[in-house]
Amino acid sequence: MSSHDVMPDMDLYQPVQVEDAISLAARLGDRAWLLGGGQDTYGWLKDRAKTTEALIDLNGIESLRGVRETEDGIEIGALTTLTEIATNPLINENYSLLSQAAGRVASLQIRNIGTLGGNVSQDVRCWYYRRGLDCYRAGGNLCYADTPEGMNREHALFGASRCVAVNPSDTAPALVALEASMVINGDEGERILAAEDYFVGPAIDIESTTALREGEILTAVRIPSTWANATFYFEKVADRNVWDFALVSMAVAMKVSGNTIEDSRFVCGAVECKPRRLLEIEAAVNGRSHDGASAESIAATASAGARSLAHNQYKMPLMNNLVKRAIESV
Amino acid sequence: MNPKITRRRFIKGVIYSAAAAVPGAGYYVATAASSRPAGAVERLISINVNGRTRRVDVLPQETLTHTLRYRLNLTGTKLACNRGECGACTVMINDVANYSCSVLTQQVKGKQITTVEGLRAADGTLHPVQQAFIEELSPQCGFCTPGQVVSAAALLIANPNPTREEARQGLSGNLCRCGAYDHYLNGVMRAAELIA
Repeated sequence: MSSHDVMPDMDLYQPVQVEDAISLAARLGDRAWLLGGGQDTYGWLKDRAKTTEALIDLNGIESLRGVRETEDGIEIGALTTLTEIATNPLINENYSLLSQAAGRVASLQIRNIGTLGGNVSQDVRCWYYRRGLDCYRAGGNLCYADTPEGMNREHALFGASRCVAVNPSDTAPALVALEASMVINGDEGERILAAEDYFVGPAIDIESTTALREGEILTAVRIPSTWANATFYFEKVADRNVWDFALVSMAVAMKVSGNTIEDSRFVCGAVECKPRRLLEIEAAVNGRSHDGASAESIAATASAGARSLAHNQYKMPLMNNLVKRAIESV
Repeated sequence: MNPKITRRRFIKGVIYSAAAAVPGAGYYVATAASSRPAGAVERLISINVNGRTRRVDVLPQETLTHTLRYRLNLTGTKLACNRGECGACTVMINDVANYSCSVLTQQVKGKQITTVEGLRAADGTLHPVQQAFIEELSPQCGFCTPGQVVSAAALLIANPNPTREEARQGLSGNLCRCGAYDHYLNGVMRAAELIA
């Protein structure tokens, strides 16, 4: 693949008010590209696999940065960097599930500039698609990964519809586990979506991993106090400790009293094009205390219903074992 | 390939523009060129590099690596992978390590950039990290060294007395193809002693 030192010519807008960014986004529509930390963006543009006429750089908008306490939890500006989230005392104290997840993203330098909004809105990492091939997700008529010779070790076990790519975000499963909601602003005002509904699979929209519509901007993420100071379990399994995307990740929030798990949310990352809630595991776990044997038998059903591809069967026992570890961590 | 003209959008475009009978691909280009709004960034900007304000003519989409190396001749910052995966281009922006290949120069207006050239003192005394890397023979081939030096210097600003594990974390965003990682870590630990 040819890569270029320099990106092709494009316009750059640097609004400092969120209203200006929204009106720019509405005016330019699909001719513009919203720029957060840019760690997903620049690769597309340097490779010429995607192009845009204009970048709308959101980094100058101070109101989109920082972590604030609200009446019922916290609100995190979409432009807050992953390093800030990993080290913020408010998040570390009450929602350490999110700080752990943010701290495992990519590398130190990328976390220093990569934003929460960008991390949850990033595109999939299927290399056929990234290479600029004309696959379903790119508007074409076939999938290169789901073929007898396709390289699909990182791809989906669930929810595939033509496209078999997974959502690569590390913070997404943590936000779903914490019952976060996403604040979205557009020309027609503000709307708020549950994190669970923010991420969409290819059956709903094959060209986007999120429910963001053209011209809309994710401005903040709200985390309710529902799971504040709960018992958390986060684990990301990847080939390398730095830079790499998850093969499978597990974000779990549990309310524990004594030895009993009263309530829980189990969310698995990198097995579907959106974070996968494990409702059956939650139902089996809740209201009971667990020993090694019961954890093992419940966890064995975590990957039930998976439709594996040629090279990703290993993700099934990996999912099961991460669930087992989460239950045993109590 | 231009995804703005994917097969699906192309068909939509042809349907929408059928009445005007404009050839498909030209439809998009013409629309784009004729209605592009004005008001983008200025090209002639000032940036602060190693304590000096520099006037420089910068493209909107230009990365900081490009500006440093090819406009300001600061070639200590290396361009290797050009996609935020190796760390050879690491510089400090307001004392925080960043990949300069993955930052637009237009985004660092009003911020302090420190490259490897800006670490030594005015009288030429090497930065403790540079001195320690020499004493510990940290580099092997040396190509990744400027990035390692800047990452180590940024780490010691945030954490002047790191454990070896913290140093490992601090340098984890910098690849070394020679595999001289332990030698670099020895250098960071010695640099922390020199600073203390």
